[in-house]
Amino acid sequence: MASKYESLVRPPLVDGSKNYHQVTEDIVRPIEAPPTRAWWIGFIISVILLLFGVYSIYREVTYGVGQWNLNKTIGWGWDITNFVWWVGIGHAGTLISAILLLFRQGWRTGVNRAAEAMTIFAVMCAGQFPIWHMGRVWMAFFVLPYPNTRGPLWVNFNSPLLWDVFAISTYFTVSLLFWYSGLLPDLASIRDRAKLKWRKHMYGVLSFGWTGSTKHWQRHESLSLVLAGLSTPLVLSVHTIVSFDFATSVIPGWHTTIFPPYFVAGAIFSGFAMVQTLLLVTRKVLKLEDYITIEHIEVMNKVIVLTGSIVGIAYLTELFISWYGINKYENWAFFQNRLNLFSPYGWSYWLMMGCNVISPQIFWFRKMRRNIAVTFFMSVIVNIGMWFERFVIIVTSIYRDYIPSSWATYYRPTIWEVGFYMGTFGLFFTCYFLFSKFFPVIAIAEIKHILKRSGENYKKKMVDVEAKDVEEYFHETQHAHH
Amino acid sequence: MAVKKFVVGCFEEEDVLFNAVKNVRKAGYKLHDVYTPMPIHGLDTAMGLRDTSLHTAGFVYGITGTTIALSSISWIFVRDWPINIGGKPHLALPAWIPITFEFTVLCAAVGMVLTFCYLCQLAPFVKKHHFHLRATDDKFVMVIECTDKTNDAEASTFLSGLGATEVNVQHAETGWWLGRYDKESKLYADKTETVTA
Repeated sequence: MASKYESLVRPPLVDGSKNYHQVTEDIVRPIEAPPTRAWWIGFIISVILLLFGVYSIYREVTYGVGQWNLNKTIGWGWDITNFVWWVGIGHAGTLISAILLLFRQGWRTGVNRAAEAMTIFAVMCAGQFPIWHMGRVWMAFFVLPYPNTRGPLWVNFNSPLLWDVFAISTYFTVSLLFWYSGLLPDLASIRDRAKLKWRKHMYGVLSFGWTGSTKHWQRHESLSLVLAGLSTPLVLSVHTIVSFDFATSVIPGWHTTIFPPYFVAGAIFSGFAMVQTLLLVTRKVLKLEDYITIEHIEVMNKVIVLTGSIVGIAYLTELFISWYGINKYENWAFFQNRLNLFSPYGWSYWLMMGCNVISPQIFWFRKMRRNIAVTFFMSVIVNIGMWFERFVIIVTSIYRDYIPSSWATYYRPTIWEVGFYMGTFGLFFTCYFLFSKFFPVIAIAEIKHILKRSGENYKKKMVDVEAKDVEEYFHETQHAHH
Repeated sequence: MAVKKFVVGCFEEEDVLFNAVKNVRKAGYKLHDVYTPMPIHGLDTAMGLRDTSLHTAGFVYGITGTTIALSSISWIFVRDWPINIGGKPHLALPAWIPITFEFTVLCAAVGMVLTFCYLCQLAPFVKKHHFHLRATDDKFVMVIECTDKTNDAEASTFLSGLGATEVNVQHAETGWWLGRYDKESKLYADKTETVTA
């Protein structure tokens, strides 16, 4: 065998004794088949949501940010909450594809393509919020640094909000390149199988003329590895920089050094939850249970319980520091505005605690980690909890400022704020539905790459090999090579 | 680009392919390329390809990004527009680290991908000759280029002897050009002579 030996202790990553051709067949089948009724229903609902979002944006642009319920103290309402939430969701994709590639985790191959696509769509949704939050959106190009005709007017390179511009756009670009360069060989597989003219042409254009030449594969692997090496610090930096938006200010509840690691862990936590939500549906609808196995779901649940616990420790650390520290406003923000269940937004803090810290602990039990229904339910709960985390950070820190006379205003979103948020769900799912219809949701070439050492076939063969006597085995291998 | 003659052999298994590549090189045939559905580690070494320098290019792009970011921000904030922001020094290096880092990554990633596409001659609307349609599915396709001295019948028999399940001779233009996949523009003579394995 040219491939390395992999221990039998590890369960197979591809079930069902496949060969290379079957892998292509299984993954390309949903692309070649006409869309199912379930697909159409989901797609139409997503487009309707998207249109609702477009209309909400239209109203916001026409009538101004006054369409949202932002007031004197709450300058960042739902829109920035949603921004941070969506960026966070976008973190699992690059983590799965890049960090796990560097760590040589074979299980990533089953889920990386869908997770990368999810990242791109989530970042697209995230990017909407700060842009429309500007109000006069036609001035959005002011954030770009370029020599201009408005005098020596430059952007503020010392501002975390500009760091965000660079971080999000770089993250989007690099994720897109990573995703698309990985897609090229698989698109070529679809092209070469295509019977219909338009399909052959479309995938011919999309696959950039990929042939599978050894030299191309060699460069492709080098490219993926370096892009992974670049994306690994990138994924950590993006949410770190998003956390700087808060941490570099002096608002009680935001001005903490724990924010960068805490935000990164939270982002991975919510991102993995979203990957679970999508993949559990995808594997069922597209019949890909052999590739996205229960093992995959279990390892992702392990990541969820790990990151959820890191987030929990961060919450407790914040509480401890606000109690132990000297800043009485910080203490007030935590103990009166958040921890106190009877304060106006106390409910959201406890909702966050319940969803993010307490409930994921169920995944310490193996039975629960491998239970599809529990996993699906928990993935939704975690995403709700992580949304509330951002809501708690933003709203509870700013609704009561230093002037008690402004405390009376209770912030609740208007329908157009909610509509905008729903619209990004529409955008996200519309993109995901189109992706799952026209692109392979599993990296075909990467599955083939691990098939010979992690597939069920190989594992079965190795059981026989392990049962053999050493001398007998030695004799056989000697014989095979001559 | 000139049309050349190739002997194409299809293999089913990587192990057989590895052995065949070694023997073809040993026999002195001109190995044009091997097309595989997935990356096969060690095949490039077996074929005698040199290691790629793409990562070195990536490093150079990255360093360029760092230099551009740091020099332009410091020129802007120290010389072109020295504005007092909260009494901070004009040369506020720590505050520029995030943007410098992001720009470094951006330059390295974009530069590498463009270089990759250029080196492999990959772009939308690029059309290449495909020696075997299942080379992107489950077959391992070895292509030998026929020189003046090569006897293609002999080469075909040689490939079959090495375990190729399907051998044929093709005339192809190996360069790249813009074309459409649904329209076969006859830029090369499409003569296929199949030799039974």
